[in-house]
Amino acid sequence: MALFKRIRKIKAFDVFLVAGLTALALFMLLPIVFIINHAFKPQNELFLFPPTFFVKHPTLRSFELLFLHAGSDVVPFTRYLFNSVFVAGITLALVILFSAMAAYVLAKKSFPFKSLAMSLIMISLMFAPETVQIPRYLIISGLHANNTYFGHVLPYLASPVAVFLLIGFIAQIPNELIEAIKLDGASEGRIFTRLILPLSAPALATISIFTFQGVWTDVETSSLFMQDETMRTLAFYVNSLVSGLQNSVAGQNMAAAAGLLVFLPNLIMFLLFQRMVMATMVHSGVK
Amino acid sequence: MTGPMPTPAHAVRNVRPSVVAGRLRRFAREFWSARVTYLFLAPFMTVFLLFIVIPVFMAAFLSFTSFDGFAFPKFVGFQNYIALLTQDIVFLRYALPHTFKFALIVGPGGYALAFLFAWLIHQLPKKWRDYYTLAFYAPSMAGGVALSVVWIAAFSGDRVGYLNHFLLQMGWIDLPRVWLQDPRYLMDIMILVSLWISFSVGFLAMLAGFQNVNAELYEAGRIDGIRNRLQEIFYITIPSMKPQMLFSAVMSIVTTLKAGGISVQLTGMPITPQYAGHLIVNHVDDYAFIRFQLGYASAVSVVLLVISYLVMRFAYRLFAPKEGD
Repeated sequence: MALFKRIRKIKAFDVFLVAGLTALALFMLLPIVFIINHAFKPQNELFLFPPTFFVKHPTLRSFELLFLHAGSDVVPFTRYLFNSVFVAGITLALVILFSAMAAYVLAKKSFPFKSLAMSLIMISLMFAPETVQIPRYLIISGLHANNTYFGHVLPYLASPVAVFLLIGFIAQIPNELIEAIKLDGASEGRIFTRLILPLSAPALATISIFTFQGVWTDVETSSLFMQDETMRTLAFYVNSLVSGLQNSVAGQNMAAAAGLLVFLPNLIMFLLFQRMVMATMVHSGVK
Repeated sequence: MTGPMPTPAHAVRNVRPSVVAGRLRRFAREFWSARVTYLFLAPFMTVFLLFIVIPVFMAAFLSFTSFDGFAFPKFVGFQNYIALLTQDIVFLRYALPHTFKFALIVGPGGYALAFLFAWLIHQLPKKWRDYYTLAFYAPSMAGGVALSVVWIAAFSGDRVGYLNHFLLQMGWIDLPRVWLQDPRYLMDIMILVSLWISFSVGFLAMLAGFQNVNAELYEAGRIDGIRNRLQEIFYITIPSMKPQMLFSAVMSIVTTLKAGGISVQLTGMPITPQYAGHLIVNHVDDYAFIRFQLGYASAVSVVLLVISYLVMRFAYRLFAPKEGD
């Protein structure tokens, strides 16, 4: 009887909602499911007619090819991978540090030119680096950062979105906490490392995810600032693998495998920090 | 210190230098007392100025010059802009209208879809929400580069292409279509693909916004005579999550206007067949990195910057909290 009552309580809207949304979610996931299946397909399954969506005889051959052979290429696959990991790691650490330092004083201090700095950051939220590639290229050349890891990292450190998200989050840390630790004789540096950084951990996790996604999938710094093939990143390599594929089917599984390697770290980062992301985005509003 | 004293009119002239000096001194003192603050701000501000502010001004400067990347830029006044607006047929006939079409559908369209999906997900029980969020967010996480192999396989032009095969099976087309090389379809596929991967930061912000709406407001609304969920959205949800909606709007404007890579990834060519997928960013790339007319390319990118600034003002006007809210 109780069960019957509970079933009656579920309204038609809820049934439609769950069914419709599940269908939509599965539809949205199609490319992801496809790329996973494609990456594990042996060469002969790519040429099957009718084309198959799911893999029948999964194999690790594509990954093996990527890692061990990548055959005629001058630069081994592992070099691209190393570049990507190295660049992403350094960028992540520095973006967190720089953005958190700036966000702390912008959220909690008042000083001359603060409003100017704030409005510059607000305007630059709309900024897309794609629009000023030429001056950026000139600046990177001027700094002699071509073909160095600086060329990959430096442009990414200027991340107004990260600072903006952090300001929103740090602003709601109670001032009393800061005053209390100040009374204990803490310096600004100590306040920052002992209080602000730990308390804004969710926001830091969030900007790490977005920054990581940006850097990890970026091809712009590789194609613009790096002329030396050994300095280019994984995303660039995947992009060049794919760009030869418009008229050929062979190699699609290798490109899918490489694409999957670009996607997986993003996914893992997000799964680890999903809760924290939502906690941060609550404070993300533009007021 | 006391506040400024009211001085008789005739004394002002003599006093002014010392007032200015006083002000300067006070300013210097404020500056000095904020020195640690500036130290905190310095690393970010340095890269911020170097890679965002200065490039914008440099682009503005270069747009008034003729510059090939080697010789020193030569000043040419407004000629780049005049040529752009009167002679550049490719820009006026393809890049500009295509960008507007693309941005209008992917921008507001993707935004509305993000709002709708976020709202639907919010109606689910709490423990399920994360899975659905992940499903919608995953494609944007993979991004354009990783997924381009998927689109190439799906929209492949022969019978083995997944879309062609499906449509042939259903009997909706008789012959396979070359989706990505045919100017008639390329734009629509670009829009479809971009929408697919458009549920990113802004989508998450909106989801968080829904969670943030005070539940008591809904109860109060019910007492005040709100009857269905649609009214709830209009009178309670949207007004209380305006900040998140604005942030999300800003994010979607930026991502759509800077789009340009997508056509290259789909077709494998920097210039799409018959300019079918030519967006403003592709136009900039064309002049900058293929023809090396950097001055002209800068003028195009300044136009794009101005457009995105205007769209942004519009979004702020639309979502900014009104007086008395």
